[in-house]
Amino acid sequence: MIDISIQKNIKTYKGISRLAVADLIPAGSVTKVYGPSGAGKTTFLRIVAGLVSPEQGRIQVDGECWLDTSAQINLSPQERKAGFVFQDYALFPHMTVRAHLAYATADQALIDRLLLMGKMENFGNHKPQHLSGGQQQRLAILRSLALRPKLLLMDEAFSAMDDELREELIAGLSVILKEFGTTTIIVSHHAHETIGFADRSLKID
Amino acid sequence: MEWTPIWLSLKLAAVTTFILLIIGIPLAYWLSRRSSWLKLIIEAMLTMPLVLPPSVLGFYLLLSFSPNSFLGRWLLEYFNISLVFSFEGLVVASVIYSLPFMVSPLKSALAHLPASLAEASFTMGKSRLETFCRVQLPNIKSSLWTAVVLTFAHTLGEFGVVLMIGGRLEGSTKVASIAIYDAVDNNQYHEANVYSLILFAITFVIVMLVFILNRNALRGPLE
Repeated sequence: MIDISIQKNIKTYKGISRLAVADLIPAGSVTKVYGPSGAGKTTFLRIVAGLVSPEQGRIQVDGECWLDTSAQINLSPQERKAGFVFQDYALFPHMTVRAHLAYATADQALIDRLLLMGKMENFGNHKPQHLSGGQQQRLAILRSLALRPKLLLMDEAFSAMDDELREELIAGLSVILKEFGTTTIIVSHHAHETIGFADRSLKID
Repeated sequence: MEWTPIWLSLKLAAVTTFILLIIGIPLAYWLSRRSSWLKLIIEAMLTMPLVLPPSVLGFYLLLSFSPNSFLGRWLLEYFNISLVFSFEGLVVASVIYSLPFMVSPLKSALAHLPASLAEASFTMGKSRLETFCRVQLPNIKSSLWTAVVLTFAHTLGEFGVVLMIGGRLEGSTKVASIAIYDAVDNNQYHEANVYSLILFAITFVIVMLVFILNRNALRGPLE
């Protein structure tokens, strides 16, 4: 179970607006986060990952306190180790596909399994600049999974994939997330992208 | 023709570049992160050697290192070090004079790296140091080469600061650029020409090396 209650002032083109999110997310679930542009969906994910600090809030993950502003508890991103799929993929230009996964885990069997799931077993020695947009996005997802995270945060993680590839990846992803017991929060602008993947939703506006 | 000035110039450039590499990388990292008034002032101070006439910088360094100054007296009394008219003094002056040539390219490269690269590494449990060494530093490799070459070449060609601090003591402070000046002053044009050609060749080879190493980089080799 993930208990989140955060408040943060965010700068938008309209001025300062207040991001306030409170939700109880069941363990192992996939929550789709949606809302208008500039509402703070990405900021919300960044707060959960520990990359941004809110003015007020509390985050508990499976009974472990990640954030409690009243008690001045704020675990670093390194301590939280939430899997994060960045909107710009955040791939390391100097690393090959396999090196990306090895940076996250030393488990070679898991690396091979993830490469197979992402249909990237033949691209292990390729660097990101030699991959298509869809392959880069898949690599970003696989890298975040290599951590076996308790919590996976995905920011527009399927936007560069065609329908067929996305559905295949979602099928593999669902199996592995269940196996790892990972809870997932995914931000998506397009309702169809998370069909068959998300089992609940959270609106931010 | 004496080879000592060439050897001294190369030694001075190598030692200065090595010291600046150690100082410059963490300094550039610190400056590349969120800006503040303090950083702005420090960065302006670090940039001064770029615009200040070398003789002005040399003059103030000479005053600072002189045994009559507080710093010079302190160094002499407690460490028995005199930085004026010594090779060590040339190194300290060169480190100050060439600092922006090392720090600026590195700071610029680090500031232009997408923040998400480091953030992705943090979320994977990696510390700031590990992230810097394994993610950020390898991705500014071309700028690192540029900084090293600019620093080395700039130190190799130093004249004003070196002359003010070191004078022209044979075997310890008379570097190639001063040897060229002296040779011309004594109408020994052939000797000046040989020194100049050697410095030209060394600098050209180093710059070519950077162009070769960075030939695949998106940015220009000296950006």
